[in-house]
Amino acid sequence: MDLFEYQARDLFEAYSVPVLAGRIADTPEEAEAAAREIGGTVVVKAQVKTGGRGKAGGVKVAHSPQEAKEKAAQILGLDIKGHIVKRVMVAQGADIDQEFYFSVLLDRSNRTFLSLCSVEGGMEIEQLAVERPDALAKIEISAVAGIDKAKALEIAKSARFPAELQDQVADVFVKLYEVFQKEDATLVEVNPLVLTKDGKILALDGKVSLDDNAEFRHEREEMERDELDPLEAKAKEMDLNYVKLDGEVGIIGNGAGLVMSTLDVVAYAGERHGGVKPANFLDIGGGASAEVMAAGLDVILNDEQVKSVFVNVFGGITACDAVANGIVGALNTLGDRATKPLIVRLDGNNVDEGRKILSDFAHPLVSLAETMDGGADEAARLAS
Amino acid sequence: MAIYLNSDSKIIVQGMTGAEGMKHTQRMLAGGSNIVGGVNPRKAGETVSVEGRDLPVFGSVKEAMAATGANVSVIFVPPAFAKAAMIEAIDAEPPLAVAIPEGITVHDSASAWAYNVEKGKKTRIIGPNCPGIISPEQSNAGITPSNITGRGPIGLVSKSGTLTYQMMYELRDIGFSTAIGIGGDPVIGTTHIDALEAFEKDPETKAIVLIGEIGGDSEEKAADYISKHVTKPVVAYVAGFTAPEGKTMGHAGAIVSGSAGTAQAKKEAFEAVGVKVGKTPSETAQLMREIIGKL
Repeated sequence: MDLFEYQARDLFEAYSVPVLAGRIADTPEEAEAAAREIGGTVVVKAQVKTGGRGKAGGVKVAHSPQEAKEKAAQILGLDIKGHIVKRVMVAQGADIDQEFYFSVLLDRSNRTFLSLCSVEGGMEIEQLAVERPDALAKIEISAVAGIDKAKALEIAKSARFPAELQDQVADVFVKLYEVFQKEDATLVEVNPLVLTKDGKILALDGKVSLDDNAEFRHEREEMERDELDPLEAKAKEMDLNYVKLDGEVGIIGNGAGLVMSTLDVVAYAGERHGGVKPANFLDIGGGASAEVMAAGLDVILNDEQVKSVFVNVFGGITACDAVANGIVGALNTLGDRATKPLIVRLDGNNVDEGRKILSDFAHPLVSLAETMDGGADEAARLAS
Repeated sequence: MAIYLNSDSKIIVQGMTGAEGMKHTQRMLAGGSNIVGGVNPRKAGETVSVEGRDLPVFGSVKEAMAATGANVSVIFVPPAFAKAAMIEAIDAEPPLAVAIPEGITVHDSASAWAYNVEKGKKTRIIGPNCPGIISPEQSNAGITPSNITGRGPIGLVSKSGTLTYQMMYELRDIGFSTAIGIGGDPVIGTTHIDALEAFEKDPETKAIVLIGEIGGDSEEKAADYISKHVTKPVVAYVAGFTAPEGKTMGHAGAIVSGSAGTAQAKKEAFEAVGVKVGKTPSETAQLMREIIGKL
């Protein structure tokens, strides 16, 4: 899960990373009140999970509460690269002397953590990495040892911070690693990290990605607010692994890889049938019980865009007869709510028994496909 | 032959007495694996009867290995305890440890891996979040159904579990030397390259199927490795062409951000080194069938 800037700011503050005052506002009036509370010059910043906010007009300086209200009114509702601004953060203004860059993240390729750091902050890091690679220090961080003060000083030196700043920024790096480790983050990025004219180091803007697998260790329900599409939220309540997409063919399968593969095969088939596309990703996992199948079908059939559904299951641990019983149970549970045609392809353990169960069930909406490619084609045809 | 796992493998199960551990111990035994015991510190000294075999439960991996001569440990514990289980296995140094659980945090798997590196990588880790490894008709360490296919000349290495089963099923008349599901998590113990290296050396393996999916650069690195070190024919399949950017598709690793790690980039990397890439699993199986036909 990627956090909004204000959520990252709050996390930083909780770990004593120096940040400026910031208040969230969902209306221009709230922005005005926030600016009055903070006092002085403030910056009104769109809260969207994408870059390039400044260029899109999503970040504006305001010198009075009245001006903060006006700027918030301009920013709220903006479309920034497909993200509609629903909330702004009103942040205290800062007198910036210099801008730096710091991040710590998972280096998947090397199966370790990595810190990136530069005294040339402010610009997009991808751009810096290409244009000024020498200016970007890359320090491997052991997942066992982490960033202690000595490691933090090594990072500061490698990034060529002036000697008199090294100790001060190193303390901030240690705290940022604490955020990374204790919050189970896969990315903590500060850009820019600034030196103010009165000599303070501050994290002015932050990006944090948290590991969804770590939810058992953290309370994150509040952070997930605004995160999910209504169908995704419903699926999450039922513990389904569901992602809403923009298409017409509903997909249910078992195993992430097979479901992704099914999406691809349906998209190829769609090219032959009016350009229909997969409507979702839904992995019902190894279990594939009747309850899970019913919950999954319920979510998919509630998607108004869906015109047909392709169920693609390889019977491994859960054999095909159990999966077929799951489908029968699901359709019985759903009753009249099941309104769209279902193409079912089963292969693997007990495939003959599974197919027989569905043939005997003889539900008018259900038809069997012999192969994955054939099933995808039929589902795409029905959706076109 | 086969790689990493064969009929001489003696397997212990960490978490054997749990529901998942019990179910799969039974399945592995029924499939012909030589399971010799289990580990659960709270039930040490007890004996569990599974599939007509009395399996002793030990307090630690080290004790279990000393008493049984086990050389493989399969881990079935809830994800919150998987890091501790992996570290216990690493300390006991079996040649192979297979971590099945799904949902391990990146920080846990990264620190377990860092620990294994510090200890000199004496244990080969497969997983986590994987179906494990099967050398059909010899041994099965994990959750792959044992009866999909028999022994044969194809080696298979895959990021995805169900696509592993699907590919074994598509090519069930030909058979496999070994099929490994390496898992789709961001941090895993055995990579595509490790398996390619082992299959290249294995005389029983005549051709290799590689299955990848979006996220990371394991496939791109594998393509580079194939061009330099693999003489056996390889065909590849990549899942996730239609996956949207920035969405997680079940595997923590299957995240696309920007162009690197896309299915298209991976396909191009393979094709650039002469590895044919199937558009669908069945087309991939067909490509392999043609190769086997010419051998």
